[in-house]
Amino acid sequence: MTYQSPMLRAVTAAVFAFLAIVSLSVSAAEDEFRLVIQDHVFHPGEIAVPAGKKVKLIIENRDATPEEFDSYALNREKVIAGATTAMVYIGPLQPGSYAFVGEYHADTAKGVVIAR
Amino acid sequence: MLATAVIVFREVLEAALLVGVVAAATRAVPGRNRWLAAGIVAGLLGAAVVAALTGRIAEMASGVGQELFNATVLGLAVVMLAWHNLWMSAHGAELAANARSIGGAVRDGGRERSVLATVVGLAVLREGSEAVLFLYGIAAADGGGSLAMLTGGLVGCAAGVATGYLLYAGLLRIPLRWLFKATGVLVLFLAAGLASQAARFLIQADVLPSLVSPLWDSSALLPQNSLLGTLLHSLVGYEARPAAMQVIFYAVVLAVIAAGMARIARAAPATASAGAAR
Repeated sequence: MTYQSPMLRAVTAAVFAFLAIVSLSVSAAEDEFRLVIQDHVFHPGEIAVPAGKKVKLIIENRDATPEEFDSYALNREKVIAGATTAMVYIGPLQPGSYAFVGEYHADTAKGVVIAR
Repeated sequence: MLATAVIVFREVLEAALLVGVVAAATRAVPGRNRWLAAGIVAGLLGAAVVAALTGRIAEMASGVGQELFNATVLGLAVVMLAWHNLWMSAHGAELAANARSIGGAVRDGGRERSVLATVVGLAVLREGSEAVLFLYGIAAADGGGSLAMLTGGLVGCAAGVATGYLLYAGLLRIPLRWLFKATGVLVLFLAAGLASQAARFLIQADVLPSLVSPLWDSSALLPQNSLLGTLLHSLVGYEARPAAMQVIFYAVVLAVIAAGMARIARAAPATASAGAAR
C-alpha cells in the first residue's frame, strides 16, 4: 500500500492547483438564453448568442419524456428529465454556427446556436 | 428503429469496452468472474435508480448536480483504474508467470477484486442510466412504433455488448506474458479519457474554466460521432473538439499513472524477474 502515497500526493497537488485556477476565474454575470422543448422540438430552433463570451442556456423540457441536449459542436451533453428545466454553460464561442440536437428525438429536436 | 439501435449502442459501447478491457486485464486474478458479475449487476441496479432520480440529481447544486454527479463517478473510475494498474505493476508478472501457484498477496487480493467490481459497476451505472432513460422515454411515449423502437434498443444493446466481448476475446489471444502489458496500456488511456470527460462536465457546470475551447478541431478529419470516432472516444478518449482543460486532465492522469507504474515496476524487481525467467 505504500506505493499509493506518491500518487496521492501528486493528485492532491493537482487538486489544489485546479482549485487555485478556479478561484482565479471569477465568473462574471453571464448572459442567459432560454430554450423550450415541446413535442420534441426546440423553440426557438435558432438562438443567437454573443461570441467570445460564456453564456448560460436555460432549457425547459415541457414534454413528459426525458431528452438529452447533445452537441458535438458545442462539446456538451445534458440529460433533461421530463417536465424539468436544466441549464448548460456554453462558450466562449468563436463566431459561427453550432448545431445541437435532442439526442432522444433527433429527427425533430434540432437547433443551432449562432455566435456573433 | 435503426436510430434507436444506434443511440443505445453508443451508450452501451463505452461501458462494454471498459468491461472488456478490465475483464482481460484481470485474467488469472482468482475469483474475478464473480466480482465482475457483481459489478455489472450492481451497476445495472444503480443505473435504474439514477435514471429514476435524474430530475432530482439535476436540481442539486443549483442546477449542475448532473454534471457534478457524472464528474464524480468518472473521477472515482479514474482512481480505481489507476489503483488497478499500480496493483498490476506489482503483481502482474507474478500472475503471468504462474497462474496456479500465486503468492498470498495475490491470492487474497480482495481489494483488487472489489476495485474491479466497483469500476465496472460505475461504468455500467453511468452509461446504463442514459440508456434506461432513453428507453423509458420510448416506452412512455404514446403512439405506434414503440415496439419497433424497443426492439431497436435491444439490438443496440446486444451490439454494444458483443463489441465489448469481441475486444475481450481479441485481448485473450495475446499470450499471458504480454497480456498485462497490453491491458495496462489500454487501462492507462481509458483512465485518461475518463478524466478528460470528467473535466468536460466540470466545464459544463462552470466549475472549471475551459481555458481554450476548442483547443483543436479535428471533426472534419475524424468526426467524433463516426463509428471509428466513437470507438476511439470510448477506448482512448478521442475528442474532435476538446477544451484545453480536458487535455490537461488527460495528460496529467496519463503522466501520473504511468510514473506510478514505472516506479512500482522498478521497486519490484524480484517479481518482475520471476516473470521474465519463465
